Amino acid sequence: MRRAALSLALVLLATVPAWVGGSYYVNIVSQVLISAIFALSLNVIVGYAGLISLGQAGLFGVAAYGAAILLGAGAGHSVAVLGALVLTVAASALFAVLSLRTTGIGFIMITLALGQILWGLAYRWISLTNGDNGITGAARPAPFGLSLASAPSFYYATLLVFLATLAAMSIFARSAFGAALRGTRDQPRRMTALGYDVWMIRFLACLFSGFWSGVAGILFFYYNLFISPHALALSASAEALLMVISGGAGTLMGPVAGAALVVAMKSIASAYIERWNLALGAVFVLIVLFMPEGFVPGSARLLRRGWSALRRPERPVEGRP
Amino acid sequence: MTALELKGIEKAFGGLRVTRHVDLAVEAGERRLIIGPNGAGKTTLFNLIAGELRADRGSVVLFGEDITRVPSRRRAHLGLARTYQIITLFPKDTLLHNVMLALMGLSPRRWNPWARFDRDRTLVEAARACLAEIGLAHLSARPLAQTSYGERRRVEIAMALAQRPRLLLLDEPFAGLSIDERREVRQLLLAIPRSTTVVMIEHDMDVALDFADRIAVMHFGEVVVEGTRAEVVAHPRTREIYLGP
Repeated sequence: MRRAALSLALVLLATVPAWVGGSYYVNIVSQVLISAIFALSLNVIVGYAGLISLGQAGLFGVAAYGAAILLGAGAGHSVAVLGALVLTVAASALFAVLSLRTTGIGFIMITLALGQILWGLAYRWISLTNGDNGITGAARPAPFGLSLASAPSFYYATLLVFLATLAAMSIFARSAFGAALRGTRDQPRRMTALGYDVWMIRFLACLFSGFWSGVAGILFFYYNLFISPHALALSASAEALLMVISGGAGTLMGPVAGAALVVAMKSIASAYIERWNLALGAVFVLIVLFMPEGFVPGSARLLRRGWSALRRPERPVEGRP
Repeated sequence: MTALELKGIEKAFGGLRVTRHVDLAVEAGERRLIIGPNGAGKTTLFNLIAGELRADRGSVVLFGEDITRVPSRRRAHLGLARTYQIITLFPKDTLLHNVMLALMGLSPRRWNPWARFDRDRTLVEAARACLAEIGLAHLSARPLAQTSYGERRRVEIAMALAQRPRLLLLDEPFAGLSIDERREVRQLLLAIPRSTTVVMIEHDMDVALDFADRIAVMHFGEVVVEGTRAEVVAHPRTREIYLGP
């Protein structure tokens, strides 16, 4: 059942350019996948470590700006991508050292401040970032001689990276380290007493999360061939957080579904409803009311309940008038 | 050999001196009971021994090694395990998962980010053996949240014992248990090998007194009486503290 659903999803994803009409919609699916990678990376610390970050878009931005600036300085694509990833992991380490001094509200506020500092740098350090005008890229790379200029070719490249991210997340979440990380989320004190280094476990999780945020940031830059401070704004961090929480924090498919939901509302619903933010808000209210654990685990629960109600026919109640 | 030695331990929270000046020596293999009225500073003393609190003054020596400045997580690796007054386990996870986490805490495999946790043969089998020892093997696949309070207490003790500690701290292991559950926990504690030294805080004198080799009575952050069971029970200070002057 599970395997069948997975194969079906894979086939659908692999044939997107064939059944989705036109490059506009193919591009939207690419956007969904990039957002999904970003949401999956945030899910590592929000879902598995239980640390809510409101500055993740800053790391996403470090990668995008890193790649853009390196390319602008004349570096090749592979150097730019690698350099941007190294830079992002380094920034994540700095973020983690500063923000892991606390948990809970303190962690949220520090990550928020750090994210805003990076946004401010992108906005104000004009000699490096070109300020509000942003940086435009020359062209997408052509790995192994395959041009990624067209919408379908870029989509396939994004799909490959997305599948790699999903595989890495699945392995990570089920691993020994993943179990330890979830332990530090549920009972940090007990984990310390059992001999675990809670700080180091959280720190490594932040690096892992930052790395994949960087991957999403680089894809985002190549997708648009443009990066501006807007991508690092607080609203971008909050949007990613919404994807994770609405889809189901601490699950593998939750952040993916959340990303699809947000991007679909943003790109498709906005064509029909002027106040699409209002519609998105209404959807979130419904999710919070009926599936507080998130859309993916919530739907699974409701489906299970519906299924068992169907299989067990209602018994006739005696004495009913 | 002395398993645990506290020398002049002091701890204050602001102006409140919770631990005034405690000297305590527990021999290896000993069963030591710490009693005292509420607020005497017993749990604080445990937190100082386990490293969750740092003492203002004095030192903690574990099997001849000064661990006063050793962080809490390292003390587990030096052979110190503890249970809490209020059970803090992993309620959504199965009993097996809980015990596996305890076993993995001392193993380098806890850093492995790719090997499947639930398919780790060595861990699974060791955890099953631990659960069998406490008679809960049949519940190993059940989430902890769906077990009784007494079963959880046994799982907690099993998790501490799974690490084969040299020193085990038990904070009120009988609190809140029914008579039957008490009997089960008592049997579990009596089966602990003498290679593990046990220090226990307990209010339930019936179960606790015959378990202990020696008893320390705490009052307002100090050890006021110390000795064998007969000495402590006969001591006028004990009567004064528990019954009033």
